Amino acid sequence: MRRAYFKNNWVAALMVAPQLIIVFTFFYFPTSQALYWAFTLEQPWGGGNTWVGFDNFTAILSDSLYWASIWVSVVYAVGSTALAVGMALLLAIFADRQLAGYKLYKIGLIWPYAIAAPAVGLAFRFIFTPGAGLMMFVNQMFPHLWNPVDNGNQAMAMVIIAGAWKQVAYNFIFFLAGLQSIPRALIEAGAMDGARVLRRMRDIQLPLLAPTFFFVLVINITDSFTDSFGIVDTMTAGGPSRATNIMVYKIFNDGFQGLDYSGAAAQSIILMILVIALTFVQFRYIERKVHYT
Amino acid sequence: MIERTPLLNIATHLILAFGLIMLLLPMYLVVVAASHSLQDVISVPPNLLPGDQLWVNLQEAWAKGHLGQRFVTTFIVAIGVMTGKVVLSCITAFGIVFFDHRLKMPIFWAIFITLMLPLEVRIVPTYAVAANAFLPFQTLLDLSGITWLVNAASGVQIKLEWNLLNSYAGLIMPLVATATGTFLYRQFFLTIPEELVEAAKMDGAGPLRFLWDVLIPLSRTNIAALATIMFVYAWNQYLWPLLVVTDQSYAMIAVELSRLVPKFSATGGEVPKWHIAMAGTVIVMGPPIVVVVFMQRWFVRGLINTDK
Repeated sequence: MRRAYFKNNWVAALMVAPQLIIVFTFFYFPTSQALYWAFTLEQPWGGGNTWVGFDNFTAILSDSLYWASIWVSVVYAVGSTALAVGMALLLAIFADRQLAGYKLYKIGLIWPYAIAAPAVGLAFRFIFTPGAGLMMFVNQMFPHLWNPVDNGNQAMAMVIIAGAWKQVAYNFIFFLAGLQSIPRALIEAGAMDGARVLRRMRDIQLPLLAPTFFFVLVINITDSFTDSFGIVDTMTAGGPSRATNIMVYKIFNDGFQGLDYSGAAAQSIILMILVIALTFVQFRYIERKVHYT
Repeated sequence: MIERTPLLNIATHLILAFGLIMLLLPMYLVVVAASHSLQDVISVPPNLLPGDQLWVNLQEAWAKGHLGQRFVTTFIVAIGVMTGKVVLSCITAFGIVFFDHRLKMPIFWAIFITLMLPLEVRIVPTYAVAANAFLPFQTLLDLSGITWLVNAASGVQIKLEWNLLNSYAGLIMPLVATATGTFLYRQFFLTIPEELVEAAKMDGAGPLRFLWDVLIPLSRTNIAALATIMFVYAWNQYLWPLLVVTDQSYAMIAVELSRLVPKFSATGGEVPKWHIAMAGTVIVMGPPIVVVVFMQRWFVRGLINTDK
């Protein structure tokens, strides 16, 4: 493709320079630094880092606490993603029928996305606290039924619900946009062939929504690995007894509370690889699916 | 569409209303708790109707969390991130799309890759950079031997240092270092017909004139979309400000909010002041909700175009 270009490359250099400097300083350098730390160990009395090869990784991977943290992250990822994606899909596909009140439903289902993760966390911590409000009432009716302060599974359930609640709005926006980009003619043709509303949803809209669905799925999983910090920190601080100690939280704790930079860096690298792998899967899949619609 | 489906319509409304209630109920409970005294919040059976203490609690939360000052700080950071993103990504995309040079694609990819790794993943090393923003350049100089050369030649030891902890620059710059905006502008710039560029050149306009008089007016929608997203994104930041800020005068609002109740623990202790905490939550949620509701169109558009 030929385009008309400006010739003055000095201007171009000036235009891209600020962004490149920032990206280098706050992205590439830190990332390479993480690699460096992951393969070295800081000397206790200063005097630089010594090369230790894969020792940091072996140490982490043989640590049962790390595997527990991975397990917790996976449970959180699967739980919150399934809940948020399922709910958003159901709401989007019915909202897309655009019956009366459509505008109201739309804004009503979008606004939670604006709320900060710690605010969501705090709100749900209050709602689920056995010491006040609804849950206190429930506990008086059925003593000892609900106590996330002691019960790890309940704490996890509470964090998953809060995380999913925050994510529903985001998914809803994407599903609705995806549904609205499906050519109207296809749905009309379906209707003309005698397919009723639910049949059209199943056989036309849902299959054509597949690329959006996959995209949203991957974004949700990635977000649950990274964006969940605010919710976990305000709700459970990783407890009780590490039952909600997701990977980002463990990195934060080991790095900033435990001051184990090498260990935290090695964990960061593993998390980075996970996130990059997910992103690649997403790109590949979307590339392939794009021709389909 | 064309057929009459009264039963299905009722079902549709029921499903949507159910969804709406699921999303609204938690925030309703927050507002209710914010409008009672602590005594009423922890009473059984629970109060499900709003009380009359809302204003009192809001004032107490405002004073107790120093939210007035935090509001100003958060606002400055949000505006900073928003402006930084809007301006930087615009000129970067301009430099990539409208000039013909060999480094075009490498630069695009170098920036695009940053989409993959959010700040949370590389938090530990980024913190080290924030402690000294010149560290990357110092390292480059050290590795390339320039430090040694200069030292040998003039006896001056190069020591670059710029501490970003507890500063607006430290809060803002790492949040700007991602590709979201650049990608959005690039996609849009690629759709601009080349006749426009030719016409501008024929009229004797240089690249900067073209950027200012043609591209920016055409990008207004994109700018609004990106600005909305970035404002909300920056306002809601939690992990990064938690780390870079130790001096309370730079504390951001979301971090301050979490300090209104003691950390979750099994040891118990005193009853958290839920009514104040919930009033604080209401205050913190306010501005981004207002932005999203009033800028809904731009917000939705920005969200969809930046991530894809």
